[in-house]
Amino acid sequence: MATRQTQILARTLLTPAVGLLFVWMIVPLALTIYFATLHYNLLDAGSEQFVGFENFRYFLTDPAFLASLENTLVLVGSVLLLTVVLGILLALLLDQPVIGRSIVRLMVIAPFFVMPTVSALVWKNLLMHPVSGLLAWITRSFGLTPIDWFNDVPMLAIILIVSWQWLPFATLILLTALQSLDEEQKEAAEMDGAGALSTFTYITLPHLARPITVVILIETIFLLTVFAEIFVTTGGGPGLQTTNIAFLIYSQALIQYDVGSASAGGLVAVVLANIVAFFLVRIVGRNLEA
Amino acid sequence: MARIATRRQVAISTAAAWLAGFLIFFPILWMVLASFKTELEAFAIPPSFLFFHWTTENYATVQERSDYLHHALNSIIIAGGSTLIAMLIAVPAAWSMAFSPTKRTKDLLLWMLSTKMMPPVGVLVPIYLIWRDVGLLDSLSGLVFILCLGNLPIVVWMLFTYFKEIPRDILEAARMDGATIGRELVYVLTPMAVPGLASTMLLNLILAWNEAFWTLNLSTLNAAPLTVFIASYSSPEGLFWAKLSAASTLAIAPILVLGWFSQRQLVRGLTFGAVK
Repeated sequence: MATRQTQILARTLLTPAVGLLFVWMIVPLALTIYFATLHYNLLDAGSEQFVGFENFRYFLTDPAFLASLENTLVLVGSVLLLTVVLGILLALLLDQPVIGRSIVRLMVIAPFFVMPTVSALVWKNLLMHPVSGLLAWITRSFGLTPIDWFNDVPMLAIILIVSWQWLPFATLILLTALQSLDEEQKEAAEMDGAGALSTFTYITLPHLARPITVVILIETIFLLTVFAEIFVTTGGGPGLQTTNIAFLIYSQALIQYDVGSASAGGLVAVVLANIVAFFLVRIVGRNLEA
Repeated sequence: MARIATRRQVAISTAAAWLAGFLIFFPILWMVLASFKTELEAFAIPPSFLFFHWTTENYATVQERSDYLHHALNSIIIAGGSTLIAMLIAVPAAWSMAFSPTKRTKDLLLWMLSTKMMPPVGVLVPIYLIWRDVGLLDSLSGLVFILCLGNLPIVVWMLFTYFKEIPRDILEAARMDGATIGRELVYVLTPMAVPGLASTMLLNLILAWNEAFWTLNLSTLNAAPLTVFIASYSSPEGLFWAKLSAASTLAIAPILVLGWFSQRQLVRGLTFGAVK
């Protein structure tokens, strides 16, 4: 009797969350799929008609799509490489006996809490401005010509900003993982005469394999849709040089009002994210068993 | 001998760590310094690091010129509102999954996680059109609703991992003593769950405060929170660095403080319990 009651109650308590998330997942996605098969432009409302896969053909063969796909992959790949490599180094450093470690930790974590629009604008103006930025002043005092970041190497500029935002995340997670590493194991290795390098290669790195995977997957999910940083700095330009898929879809939907092909693009983004999500969900699921 | 080496090691790693920490923190520090300069000094080459004319006038101007408080209030309503509603929906769900798990609980959790994987840009078009048609564009309730849904999976997950750590024996003891489920929830579970509830709320507040996809796309003026307000400084005609810095400092200060308190929970919440 009591257990049945409990079961019914449990289900009732679960329903709002499950129902809402279900609607949240199904309705917009179904609409996106539906819009993607229509010729639908907001400037030309009322003339919607079914065009089958026309939008996908248009979106996928649009040179802007290939450019933005390439930009997306370059952005995600570079930021991952920078944050994971630097994150491992920083985590190893912070795992050493450091005086005032908690203060250093606070400084390292801080960028993660800065809202994207703030960090993008601070970097763009105060640091990367070609005339009055701090970096320009530093390069000039070495007698070199300052880099005009957002004109000459716009993608690199975005990569640096986004890496600065995500480095704390990688560091924090890898540091947490390092601190759970068994000290005795390391000591035993040292007693057996293992050098610092081989201790790192054979003990620390394998221990970090899973947290590194988690960092890569979670960062990828967020990095695939970097938006605000591009929105406030380059607006996707110059040309298409910093347009990623998220920004391309935004500009097709809310600047060119082409609902149909923006929806087709949205589905491409969903598929890309799902490939990553598939692996992440498996790793998390395995952890749930343990 | 060994002791000297260790001391030297500590000195080296301390110096390296402080240098790295300082470099990473520097952009924020530089921004805070610029907020106390005059516009001319903020722009000046060579830059002055500490010996400039300190002024707080930017903070006053930001409010007068662009109604900072209006946007700050929007941020508070959006972040606070979406967090509270998400908690109201998530607490019962997480409680039910943690204490009356079924065969499907694991699948359900993973399915919830997978909804978080959907890139917002994939559903931007329908959400924008629905919001336009029901008049939710540039409205606070529209943003509260969407941020609440967006963060719901993380909230459920975090609460679930916290609830699972509450020992079962205590609940069984309470049941033996004849406590009803309602009483069990109020008198036994809640006090033990408070730390987990608090850190979940904290993380959710931070995420919602900094959210910059839906806020930028679905609000313009009336409902615009601080993310959108700061973005308005990106227009090329307004090179007001000192004021931008003052506005930015105000916008990130509260969340930076909250964030520093919640570092540990951050790891857990953002990795869905995969790294503890």
